[in-house]
Amino acid sequence: MRVWVPLDAAARALGADEVAEALGREFTITRNGTRGMIWLEPLVEVERDGVRYGYGPVAPEDAASVAEAIRSGGEHPLALGPVEELPWMKAQTRLTFARVGVIDPLSVSEYEAHGGLVGLSRAIEIGPERIVEEVTESGLRGRGGAGFPTGIKWKTVAGAKAARKYIVCNADEGDSGSFADRMLMEGDPLVLIEGMAIAGIATGAVQGYVYIRSEYPDAIRLMEAAIGKARQAGILGQSVLGSAHAYDMEVRVGAGAYVCGEETSLLNSLEGKRGVVRAKPPIPALEGFLGRPTVVNNVISLASVPWILSHGGAEYAKLGIGRSKGTIPIQIAGNVKYGGLFEAAFGMSLGQIINEVGGGTASGRPVKAAQVGGPLGSYIPHWNFDVPFGYEELAGKEGLLGHAGITVFDDTADMLKLARFAMEFCAVESCGKCTPCRIGSIRGVETIDRIAQGDETGIAILTDLCNTMKWGSLCALGGFAPFPVMSALTHFPDDFSGRREPRAIIRSREAAE
Amino acid sequence: MTSPATDADFLLRLDEIIAAHKGREGPLLPILHDLQAEWGYVPEEAQPVLAEALGMTRAEVHGVVSFYHDFRDHPHGRHVLRLCRAEACQSMGAEALADEVRAALGIDWHETTPDGRLTLEPVFCLGLCACAPSAQMGERLIGRASLAKVQKLVAEAGA
Repeated sequence: MRVWVPLDAAARALGADEVAEALGREFTITRNGTRGMIWLEPLVEVERDGVRYGYGPVAPEDAASVAEAIRSGGEHPLALGPVEELPWMKAQTRLTFARVGVIDPLSVSEYEAHGGLVGLSRAIEIGPERIVEEVTESGLRGRGGAGFPTGIKWKTVAGAKAARKYIVCNADEGDSGSFADRMLMEGDPLVLIEGMAIAGIATGAVQGYVYIRSEYPDAIRLMEAAIGKARQAGILGQSVLGSAHAYDMEVRVGAGAYVCGEETSLLNSLEGKRGVVRAKPPIPALEGFLGRPTVVNNVISLASVPWILSHGGAEYAKLGIGRSKGTIPIQIAGNVKYGGLFEAAFGMSLGQIINEVGGGTASGRPVKAAQVGGPLGSYIPHWNFDVPFGYEELAGKEGLLGHAGITVFDDTADMLKLARFAMEFCAVESCGKCTPCRIGSIRGVETIDRIAQGDETGIAILTDLCNTMKWGSLCALGGFAPFPVMSALTHFPDDFSGRREPRAIIRSREAAE
Repeated sequence: MTSPATDADFLLRLDEIIAAHKGREGPLLPILHDLQAEWGYVPEEAQPVLAEALGMTRAEVHGVVSFYHDFRDHPHGRHVLRLCRAEACQSMGAEALADEVRAALGIDWHETTPDGRLTLEPVFCLGLCACAPSAQMGERLIGRASLAKVQKLVAEAGA
């Protein structure tokens, strides 16, 4: 009897290793990725007559009784029934994450049995120009946050004349509330490899790099192991799947700098330099890694490509709303009852996502606001939750889709403290190249501290400072840090007025910086 | 962890690490990661050697080492406990947890216990945002972290 216990870092953080060890004494255990239902982790699955039945959340102390239930087929209070039939699973459109949680992440044969390599085979068959056409037709846009059309980027690199070009995958997923990249790299690393190989063929790049943040040791280990498997299977190497195309890749590890999620800073870091932002132009597509034409795409953008190639760009473009085509892996995080990853077509309202899918807060208190798109994303107040989940739709509410992470806060959240944190984070992580970000963020912290002490003249100064940072910064770090600050201030002015916080409390927070 | 001096063993090992990566495109970060894995920090004595080997100035090497939060210029404790301070964890009480942990351990951020056993570091996101707050120590991760869970983790880590 085959039993699955996830190896995903979130499942491990909730005891999956102990559960796997206990069940492993009796059953053959496969370590899979997570299905994304983090509130059910560790989610143990067992296959009977081709159907996978779930038990969860299985704490280490439940392992013995779950083992007994698996053995006897008897009832158990943690039994969930067929996993695919759970409402959370059925309500999704899992294209990019189709195999995550289903297969052994390092098994090429299971990958193929579940539709893997069809996209790459077709890419080889149709050739570079038509690959770019398919990706363009799909309407796929950068899932890292910038939303730039992937097809156009690829076309630019394909058209650039150079002896050597690169595919660089941005896996520096530093945004709090986001874990889609990590979950994908741990649960289905081969799909990222396949997507990068397709990008290589489309643009004529023969070398790729996955830049993974050092905070993700599990993802690093699994990506490296998967690259080894892909080489053995002939997916990577001198002849990709036996074709005339060469493509290989390796993992590079970041070193704890949030700003390296910005593409030009990432490229500098990859070159072994300080992760300082580069001025654009030149764009990386023409002068990227080592000054050569480079595709820089986020993990999810690249991992969406195999599906697009195997099913056609037109099929992908049928999903979504407006200029937001296809599906988006929504990460529901923070103070939420049912947290996890939910892949759906663009267009659900934020309220549906938070209240229906996410079940409201974990604390049981009313939702106050949600930060969408990471530390540089706006706090969207609960009365604006009718906004549809899409790039332009969120921008219309002064919001940011970002990496599609949603962090939910209940009514105990102190918006002034969160605004201060946004400035503090920007100050700690600023690369230092441009003044509005480097100095502005420090002045921002100081000004918010003045407001906290009751000096409300600071509010106008903070507003002015945010305006300077927004328009005067070189990249999104300084340019977008004003979004969480101004959204907190605009929507929750009461949290900023009439405060009399003693200086000592503020000092104790500074010690953490 | 041994304290490196500019002795023959140190230079030999340093040369090995440099040689392992020198042919790569952008070799410096992989080298620095290996140095830190070897000695627990990036010894200052290594910087001129790296500069020479990679055709960089000492200032450039120092600039890179000092830019990244990961690279340390002194050894840390035998274990490093990292508590996440980012927004998703804050929404689930990370700040209060950090106060409790700091009080229980008797150390502040970036400090090491007097016995050299444990260093406390903040981290901005471990990607465990749907089971916040989170903590990490070596290979071990904790979701829905509490003071009790953190103390158990610290106790199990050994000397």
